[in-house]
Amino acid sequence: MSTRADAGQPVEYSPSKVVEGNRYGWLFVYAVLYIAFLYVPPLFLPLFSFNDSIYVAFPIKGFTFEWYRQMAKSTGLLDALYNSLKVGAVVCLASTLFGMLAAKAMTRYTMPGKGPMASFIMLPLVVPGIILGIALLVLTNQVGLELSLFTIGVSHVLICVPFGMLVLISRLEGFDKSLEEASLDLGVNAWKTFWRVTVPLALPGIIASIMLTFLISFDEFILAFFLAGNEVTLPIYIWSQLRFPAKLPSVLALGTLILTVTMVLVAVAEWIRRRGTATTKPTAG
Amino acid sequence: MATSDAIIKITSCSKHFGPVRAIDDVSFDIARGEFFSLLGASGCGKTTLLRLLAGFEQPTKGNIFIDGQGMAGVAPNHRPTNMVFQSYAIFPHLDVRRNIGYGLRDAGLSKKELDGKIDQMLELIKLPGFGSRAAHQLSGGQRQRIALARALIKRPKVLLLDEPLGALDKKLREEMQLELRALQRNVGITFVFVTHDQEEALTMSDRIAVISQGKVLQIDTPTSLYESPNCKEVAGFIGTMNFFDGTVKSMEEANAVVDAGPLGDVRTRPFAAKLPASGASITVAIRPEKINLNPSRPSASHNVIEGRMSAAAYLGDRSHYYVAVKGRNAPIAVAAQNVNAARSWLGGQDQPVWLSWREDSVILLDR
Amino acid sequence: MTSPAPIVRQDSRIQRFFLRHEWARGYALLSPTLAVMVLAMCLPVFMLAAHSFWTQNYLTIDETFTLANYEQALGWLWGAEGAKPIYIRLLWKSMQISFGVTVTTLILAYPFAYFLAFKVRRNKNLWIILISVPFLTSYLLRVFTWKIILGFNGVINSGLMSLGIISEPLEFLLYNPTAVLIVLAHAWAAFAILPIYVSLEKIDRSLLEAATDLGDGPFRRFWRITWPLSVPGVIASGLLVFIPTVGDYVTPKLVGGTEGIMIGNIIQSQFGKANNWPLGSALSIVMAIAITIVVLIFLYVMSLGRVRAK
Repeated sequence: MSTRADAGQPVEYSPSKVVEGNRYGWLFVYAVLYIAFLYVPPLFLPLFSFNDSIYVAFPIKGFTFEWYRQMAKSTGLLDALYNSLKVGAVVCLASTLFGMLAAKAMTRYTMPGKGPMASFIMLPLVVPGIILGIALLVLTNQVGLELSLFTIGVSHVLICVPFGMLVLISRLEGFDKSLEEASLDLGVNAWKTFWRVTVPLALPGIIASIMLTFLISFDEFILAFFLAGNEVTLPIYIWSQLRFPAKLPSVLALGTLILTVTMVLVAVAEWIRRRGTATTKPTAG
Repeated sequence: MATSDAIIKITSCSKHFGPVRAIDDVSFDIARGEFFSLLGASGCGKTTLLRLLAGFEQPTKGNIFIDGQGMAGVAPNHRPTNMVFQSYAIFPHLDVRRNIGYGLRDAGLSKKELDGKIDQMLELIKLPGFGSRAAHQLSGGQRQRIALARALIKRPKVLLLDEPLGALDKKLREEMQLELRALQRNVGITFVFVTHDQEEALTMSDRIAVISQGKVLQIDTPTSLYESPNCKEVAGFIGTMNFFDGTVKSMEEANAVVDAGPLGDVRTRPFAAKLPASGASITVAIRPEKINLNPSRPSASHNVIEGRMSAAAYLGDRSHYYVAVKGRNAPIAVAAQNVNAARSWLGGQDQPVWLSWREDSVILLDR
Repeated sequence: MTSPAPIVRQDSRIQRFFLRHEWARGYALLSPTLAVMVLAMCLPVFMLAAHSFWTQNYLTIDETFTLANYEQALGWLWGAEGAKPIYIRLLWKSMQISFGVTVTTLILAYPFAYFLAFKVRRNKNLWIILISVPFLTSYLLRVFTWKIILGFNGVINSGLMSLGIISEPLEFLLYNPTAVLIVLAHAWAAFAILPIYVSLEKIDRSLLEAATDLGDGPFRRFWRITWPLSVPGVIASGLLVFIPTVGDYVTPKLVGGTEGIMIGNIIQSQFGKANNWPLGSALSIVMAIAITIVVLIFLYVMSLGRVRAK
């Protein structure tokens, strides 16, 4: 591939022409259409959140901030938002902690039954949510526990741990086990090694896990629906409002706001990830 | 080397990974201040042995003593050993200074003392002024030196090195071999050095343990290993060797006559330690550089054979020749220094040549 | 050179046990997570199974063992007296809809994953983020926006009417199984792309060059190299979409109407209005077993196919 002419130039990896083919062929057109298919429905949220009509339907009437004003005044909505933030904060920290412990065990130790254990922890990914929801409901009822934000939180930890573990496994696999061994070898005990080597190096993964599990918990409805007591989370509140057309526009306003905040968070996460890979990738020399 | 002053004592140590015996009943001592190499092909167990010394693995059976103290149940962070890892394991989130000072962070030193020690180390590894470099700004050779400094700053009783030169290119590797050897003499710490490169082991070590399939085959100085290997495997692993199957015809006061098939009767003076009995099946081994290449039949009455040149390779300082002899499939390898201009009498392929060797060049090994 | 001798410390017996046994260290680290899984998943599911053998007496539950719930759920199959076909039919319909969703999603996702793996050179991550951002909005609101699109006064109807193509709004767009299928296919699109993309990305590019070098055209090469190597990703995607969608009750409730109801809605109502927890438990167990059987049959068929290919 590299001929005399380009000797001395930095050689960049370039896939061969054979595989590459025409970059902007019909596949590119398809990809753009696919993205449009994904984006068009959610984009109706911001559109109708500014529409000056109580009916969420065409034609568009005019521009208004009214629904945002209503949203800010709705105590039910704000309470639900607060509850969701509370649950999400605890869930993302707990599931990242449990995910981290499991990921460390999975990547750093050889032990019998590791594969089955990993599959067991990932089971919530493939069990229909409704089954996990009613199963927890039945158990809660049986042991006489009150339904509350706590029961919602437990169910969210259950479904978030597999995600946390997967993210952290891929991060821990990304750096050499001998870095941790080197720290032990230099006389630093396991606990301090965890804080001085493992955590700093896994930080991008830890942040990604925290953000991902928070978003999952924040948006989770199927389990929370069965496990909510008097205090509700945001998705349950939204569900209750979908039946009342008059409340809808302010719900759409809230949806728009959430969409905006998440996009900012995702951008920040990507920025952190890029910085993370830049500082931990050794340049060969 | 006096083994009475052993810093490391390994007593019938075994390490099993499931059914695999990575280390199989190994016992030996390493002397204080020695440059000791563990040499073997990949997967032979040499790295496992090093990790047993470091404490990353615990022996399944047997025990390891470092400076008289049993190491069973002593965690890696409590052992008086430090390690230079094959990948160097330079912490990517710390700069050079923090990497080197990493192991002394909890030692209760003042900042001034610690800085002094780090500067001293940077001086030692010839990288003064590199303290504030980030880990990813370093070349392979620099990483290797920093890994070394990071371990040495702890003043370990034993420094363990896991193929530390493997990732460097040939020229740098040869430079580092000499430098590492000089450094070891300078600091006086016992080095245990793992390598698969026999030349590297011969160049650097006081003694070498040749390891194969979890067992130690021979422990000796480089010269003894090369000149008097104790088995076929060691003889074949270190340098090149011509092997012939033979049967002992007579054995008189270390003067043996061996019937070596196509070579005819070979006379030899086996060293006294192990004299094979008459009639025993043995292996005759001769190093290529100990065989003389002659244009005509030399006058000696024995240890002479006729052959035909089958291939030659010119390597500059020396040449390798491959000579076919009747009754043997593999050609005999012969190496000769090109002291004078290359042998002018040598013609092309199939030229008849005569091979001869001295009695004390022949090594007798168990079949 | 004299060096200060480091103090060699002997550890306690427990520490020595962990030091000796790597598996013990691994399981010690793993145990908190395993405990969470056992307490929050195994125990509840066990309780659920127990419930399926009990009976609801208005507000209390009679804990004597009975198979009546299963007879009610499945009895129609063997003609048990009074057993209704509705549960079996709903389960079958849910399977069909989920299967349709899975196939649709895979067919739509594959070319995109292929594009991402082979045609995009830089900023692959940006594309991945691009496909995941829509899924960061509330699931409920995303489903709801389809109501805006497909509804009586929705985007499609009002669009077509203003263009003069139709004079009356089309009513068949919403509240039927097709609407459920479209909405679910949209909801799971991003999840289907990722496993396929990963399996395509892992393919060694030199294999493709070798195939071309040996005389394969682009289509033969795809069929003989790319496709077989991406099958594991396609299977993973398929399972990831099929399994959760069978039990979905949100989408059918919002856009399915009476025709689009799925088994999840019936189960949910047993824990709500119908208030018959044991029957709901039995139905969910039946659903879980049915899904498992379908998945096992599917995996078995796939493994047969692969053995034959060898």
